[in-house]
Amino acid sequence: MSQSQIMPGFKPALGYTLVYLSLVVLIPLSTLIFKSLQLSWEDYLAIITHKRIVASFQVSFGSALVAAAVASFFGLIIAWVLVRYTFAGQKFFDALIDLPFALPTAVAGIVLATIFQPNGFLGKLLLDTFGIQVAFKPLGIVVALIFISIPFVVRTVQPVLQEFDTSMEEAAASMGASRLQIFSKIIFPNLFPALLTGFALSFARGVGEYGSVIFIAGNLPYVSEIVPLLIVTKLEQYDMEGATAIALTMLVISFALLLVINLLQHWVRKRSGQ
Amino acid sequence: MSIVLENISKNFGAFSALDRINLEIPEGELVALLGPSGCGKTTLLRIIAGLERPDAGKVLLSGEDKTDLDVRKRGIGFVFQHYALFRHMTVFDNVAFGLRVKPKSSRPNESVIADKVHALLNLVHLDWLHDRFPDQLSGGQRQRIALARALAVEPNVLLLDEPFGALDASVRKELRLWLRHLHNELNVTTIFVTHDQEEAMEVASQIVVLNRGKIEQKGSPTQIYDEPKNDFVSQFIGHTNVFHLEQDDSAWLKNSGIVLDDTDGITAHVRPHHIGVEKLDGNAASPITLTDWQHLGATIRLELSNEGFNGTAKVIYAEMPSDQFKQSRLKRGDKVSVFIRQAHWFNLEKPHAPEAATNFYL
Amino acid sequence: MIAIPQEISTAKTSVTASALRDPDWLKYGLIAVALSFIFLFLCLPLGLVIFQAFSKGLVAFWEALSQPDTLAAIKLTLLTALITVPLNTVFGIAAAWAITRFEFKGKSFLTTLIDLPFSVSPVISGVIFVLLFGLQGVFGSWLSGHDIKIIFAVPGIILATLFVTFPFVARQLIPLMQEMGHEEEEAALSLGASGWQMFFQITLPNIKWALLYGVLLCNARAMGEFGAVSVVSGHIRGLTNTLPLQVEVSYNDYDVVGAFASASILASLAIVTLVLKTLLEWKQGIR
Repeated sequence: MSQSQIMPGFKPALGYTLVYLSLVVLIPLSTLIFKSLQLSWEDYLAIITHKRIVASFQVSFGSALVAAAVASFFGLIIAWVLVRYTFAGQKFFDALIDLPFALPTAVAGIVLATIFQPNGFLGKLLLDTFGIQVAFKPLGIVVALIFISIPFVVRTVQPVLQEFDTSMEEAAASMGASRLQIFSKIIFPNLFPALLTGFALSFARGVGEYGSVIFIAGNLPYVSEIVPLLIVTKLEQYDMEGATAIALTMLVISFALLLVINLLQHWVRKRSGQ
Repeated sequence: MSIVLENISKNFGAFSALDRINLEIPEGELVALLGPSGCGKTTLLRIIAGLERPDAGKVLLSGEDKTDLDVRKRGIGFVFQHYALFRHMTVFDNVAFGLRVKPKSSRPNESVIADKVHALLNLVHLDWLHDRFPDQLSGGQRQRIALARALAVEPNVLLLDEPFGALDASVRKELRLWLRHLHNELNVTTIFVTHDQEEAMEVASQIVVLNRGKIEQKGSPTQIYDEPKNDFVSQFIGHTNVFHLEQDDSAWLKNSGIVLDDTDGITAHVRPHHIGVEKLDGNAASPITLTDWQHLGATIRLELSNEGFNGTAKVIYAEMPSDQFKQSRLKRGDKVSVFIRQAHWFNLEKPHAPEAATNFYL
Repeated sequence: MIAIPQEISTAKTSVTASALRDPDWLKYGLIAVALSFIFLFLCLPLGLVIFQAFSKGLVAFWEALSQPDTLAAIKLTLLTALITVPLNTVFGIAAAWAITRFEFKGKSFLTTLIDLPFSVSPVISGVIFVLLFGLQGVFGSWLSGHDIKIIFAVPGIILATLFVTFPFVARQLIPLMQEMGHEEEEAALSLGASGWQMFFQITLPNIKWALLYGVLLCNARAMGEFGAVSVVSGHIRGLTNTLPLQVEVSYNDYDVVGAFASASILASLAIVTLVLKTLLEWKQGIR
């Protein structure tokens, strides 16, 4: 599409956008970088490599990774079921997928904690039958992150599956492929970029998630303490340097993830020929 | 309103879309801007409309410099390629839009607007659709509504971007004639863009042939067809056989009737209907064979193969009226003799893009 | 003679069909897995909020809600949404207009920048404002000298909410307006419409559903944001607690009914959002 030179409103629109972005985003974000520059490299390393902080990064990344993987698996099944089959209440279940987007994270947090605590509805069941305790353990973090991740996976895979050209399946079938071969050689490779994007989105969100996790996590240092919580703790202890150093590290990781996700989405668009 | 373009240039990045275009369009003409895709014809139309600004040059409307005048104040009617009908408005509201957005002081009242809109819808024979929405109309109907909408503001110039491009072949034929008749009725200066030479020949009173941002030729359809200024125009308008003096057998060409003595050109362009074909008896020694023929309606197209050129066969296309073809009793495999009645000579300075050189009977 | 090719063709169709359709056991198995998952992870939590909120009866629920702290939290939540949503809506329209209707340097960078808050942890979104306006922050001493409170006060909550919610409207509008193209707008201009006439009569009617959709999501997040707001609020009861913070405070005080009463309001907000969202998707013809 060529640009139009006669459209009115370029200067006010761009001007407003830039001023607003600067005030709300750029200046606050650059403060973080500016503040971290006041730390020396040695100070920064000393803060970041502290045992408790390293442990919290391990907890955050580990649980986000596991949660994103589990959510990708079930998300793919849910997307498949919603697109390929018809059953009663389908529209309702489809709409419900967005609940984790719409439900405030604090609400999700206390609800999940209530369900999975040792005397909760599911918590008791799991503890009595399998001896597994979910809440106040790292497993609780994973459960909360799965809840948060599900819509990311479903909503990236679903449209690709919907637009999927079924004549490719017919072509494969006409050449004698079995259902399993069609899925593994035709459908899955076409879904894979979207699935990976969903996974990356889930992972990025999971690493930074706060509200839905802190109620169910138990927040035990070295065991079930996530990075965002540690930042809050540092702030509450007026340890600005610590908070800044950890926050900057998280921010850099987020940017890297954003870059990866953008590249993935570009790949998805190229694959689906849009 | 007359239109004068002086030295119009326009670049998109490193790409030169228009290169010093000079053009005069007198009042009341029906002009086609004709050229292959990417030749700059739509950009030129948008510059005349004021939808685009030229990098250099002037646009004079009725003799006044209007280069920097806003599209809103130029008094043009623009019909977009995909019509750009307002999808959330009825046909009536679409046509009335230009009247309703006038400043309060010059805005007619609703009853005047209603009369005018219905008159315009009657003009395009679609008043019965006035309460429909654009997505309930066929392509041809949308096209006519878009035209009615552009006419509502009583433009001095009507500009149409590929007006028939998105229509079915049969609708296209019908609308072409309709546009020509409508122009005769309204007599407003009209410019349309097309890549279809047949369409330009059929509709326009003047044709401007554009290629790579430059005007190749301007003239009436007859001038353009009968006196092409250069080999590009000759090949773009109608069908042409191209003979190269250096590559092809000049002795054979001479025997076929081409006069070689008083020409300074090196390529000869020969229209298929300027080639006469006669059947020879089976034993005659002729390098030319009728390999295939197609029935095009009133004429028959003959595919001839000439074995005589440097050992490689060259295909020559000829056309003759179908009655004559029946009388001649030609059939596939016949040896024939060929007579060239008329040729245009050109000096090919630089070769054209392959699609221009090979667009023969696609 | 004729029967043989027919037999072959029917055999071939059934083979092809089985390769194109999942077997029933798989189909129902997958539906069962998907629905159990949805039930456990989505239906159950939603049901529990409502159950817990009313577990001690309607009266207890009502009492929990009509506590002054809760009422103040509701008021603050509404105020925050009332300020942030309109600001972000105007921003979204301006940004989408600039990005989809014009070419300029740094456009793709700007587009990426708009997505940024989605990939930043909500806690960090709060921290940056503390670093800017907090006591030890860049403007900290200046602000305290002039007796202006931003952190641990309402302005901080609004700023943090602005940050986390500003992409929503722009993100809905940009792809739609890109796809729409600008022919209709050019047509309006060529017919003599002014810039505002074009915007209100042509652009706005075409984007209104997507705009509402963006506003809806923006509002849901503005009312429900927890992490960013939690960092800047200071949790002062009756003053700087939004509804999600009130949920946390009550829950940590073992006031389960109170926590779930506040939570149930937010859950109803989520349900209303989902219903409206589904309606808007249907209106827009998405999915």
